Amino acid sequence: MPEATMTANTGAVRTGTQELSLNKAINAALADALEENPRALVLGEDVGRLGGVFRITDGLQERFGAERVFDTPLAESGILGMSVGLAMAGYHPIPEVQFDGFTYPAVNQIVTQIARMNFRTRGALPMPITLRMPSFGGIQSPELHSESLEWLFAHVAGLKVVSPSNPHQAYHLLRHAATMPDPVVFMEPKSRYWQKGSVDFDTPGDLTGSVVAREGRHLTLVAWGAMVSRCLQVADMAAEDGVEVEVLDLRWLKPIDAEGLARSVARTRRAVVVHEAPKSAGLGAEVAQLITEHCFGTLKAPVERVTGFDVPFPSGSLENEYLPNADRILFGIQRVLEYRRG
Amino acid sequence: MSVTATPAATGALELDPQRLQADELKRLLAQMITVRHLDTSAIAWQRQGIIPGYAPMQGQEAAQVGSIAALDMTRDFVFPTYREMGAAYAAGVDMAEYMATHKATWNGGLHDPVKYRFTPIQTVIAGSALHAVGWAHGQRLDALREGREQTDLPASLIYLGDGASSQGDIHEAMNFAGVFKTPTVFFVQNNGWAISVPTEHQVAGGSVAARGAGYGLPSVAVDGNDVEAVVRAARAAVAHARSGAGAVVVEAFTYRRGPHSTSDDPGRYRSLEDERRDAGPDPIERLAERLIAADELTESEVRELWADAAAFEERTREAVAAQGPRPGAEMFEYVYQETTPVLQQQAAQWREESDHA
Repeated sequence: MPEATMTANTGAVRTGTQELSLNKAINAALADALEENPRALVLGEDVGRLGGVFRITDGLQERFGAERVFDTPLAESGILGMSVGLAMAGYHPIPEVQFDGFTYPAVNQIVTQIARMNFRTRGALPMPITLRMPSFGGIQSPELHSESLEWLFAHVAGLKVVSPSNPHQAYHLLRHAATMPDPVVFMEPKSRYWQKGSVDFDTPGDLTGSVVAREGRHLTLVAWGAMVSRCLQVADMAAEDGVEVEVLDLRWLKPIDAEGLARSVARTRRAVVVHEAPKSAGLGAEVAQLITEHCFGTLKAPVERVTGFDVPFPSGSLENEYLPNADRILFGIQRVLEYRRG
Repeated sequence: MSVTATPAATGALELDPQRLQADELKRLLAQMITVRHLDTSAIAWQRQGIIPGYAPMQGQEAAQVGSIAALDMTRDFVFPTYREMGAAYAAGVDMAEYMATHKATWNGGLHDPVKYRFTPIQTVIAGSALHAVGWAHGQRLDALREGREQTDLPASLIYLGDGASSQGDIHEAMNFAGVFKTPTVFFVQNNGWAISVPTEHQVAGGSVAARGAGYGLPSVAVDGNDVEAVVRAARAAVAHARSGAGAVVVEAFTYRRGPHSTSDDPGRYRSLEDERRDAGPDPIERLAERLIAADELTESEVRELWADAAAFEERTREAVAAQGPRPGAEMFEYVYQETTPVLQQQAAQWREESDHA
């Protein structure tokens, strides 16, 4: 075992503005969360000395000690089950599951225990657990390293689910999640880990609900995580043809910001929802239904979905065939714009 | 009475050397009689329609009452399954609140797990084992934070059965406990049956305790129908855990004398003859006979214990029967610490469209 000491906190967190890649922004958020809350803990596979396979936890063990930032044995159910007990003991665990697809062995602990413990105990044993997982495809990784699990966790009562799309949001949403008294599944867009952006540490902005990532008046593209930057590219391309696309970054996948959706689509009267997960029973269906409920009278076309297919996420050489690319999203936009009531 | 301890292949833990005094044994007998009466009564409550279902623990009284006797309920924490009514009683949990889960009032029970240091009833087999390890690791971290020596730690006790030993979470929990040296007691009640499947078809190698060696955990196997043996094994285990030396496996061999649940029909998988042969001596009769033979107890005192148990059962039954359903609004109230707009909207709609406003 490492040296048995606990590092004292200074409580000092970052201020000012800094240009950071998304992975560095998450690293900064973890450091500040550990600094701010002496009961915050980081645990997972290889998060200690190695700093995580994506280096998200780089330097944290050195700074906060091996008691607060620690490697676990290689067992995802163990990581999440242990987090339940640590939460019961008054800690705020921030476990990392190394890759999205390896959350499956821990689904029992997440669904039957973490999500229900507050309910089961009538609030006596809350579960302040911030579960980080590198998510989505886009880096040609091996099987089960590219999953989009919002379809699963957004359906589970008792969980909250969020996915940031840029470094500023990644920093502030994680800081926010790490102070929440409820379990939060934090889905990191791994293909955007190296994308840089300005992080204003002093100005988090509203951290609830969705944000308009780009304004436009002809159509709303709804996306989250890694698909937001793709949709922003698509909006640039559409603009060349005179189509003004609004990009709504949903951010919170549970609860979904129905008002934000309604506000945007009430103006644009058309919507396309984009996600990487398979289409059938995906979150796009929920988004489309919420838009229908709130905007049926003003909609000029049915809500279109541009998503992954109902196939297992394929090997890296086929991933660009599977993932919604710019062309497929543009086709979706075209279908909505050209829709005529029969 | 013999006190049996079957050492595991390696890392065998010795029983606590201290024999139990007669007054301690009489107190344990009173608890065992109380829970026996409550347990058999709960089956009757189900037949009478007072509760919709129940998971009896008859035969496991010594294992449950004896293991709790080794704990300090002001600082240790218990992680039960759904068959630990005897442990709950011995730990001081309010029994009407505990029975609320069987009354279908609230899943997990209405008892406050923090006040009683006794987590809710767990329906997922092996679901709590890792929680017990995590909680115990938290005790080590607390000691570090507060600069205390790691030699007098609060301990967690996790109950599991022979069936649970087949679950992967038990492997993960024992391995994590071994790696992190958490103050955890894995208390196995090997009651011979996982619903209809007997231990020999469940536990390869025949002993869960023997598996402790593979995780570097000392272990002890005891006659789970001998309350003194159980107490001494559990005390040794708790002392080991408290000392900072890490986790322990205790395997108490007992017998599930009743059905798995009030919906079960044991006649489909075992005969009365099997039960008579395999159950062994009744843990309650055995202890009472021993105390009577030693002139520490009289027949009339035993009758008084049963009368006290009947009075306790009556009070508990009245409290359980009087339990009405919880207000439907609680469905929405306890999902989160901080509710969500979506849930508030659903709750508002429920109020508007139902008679429960």
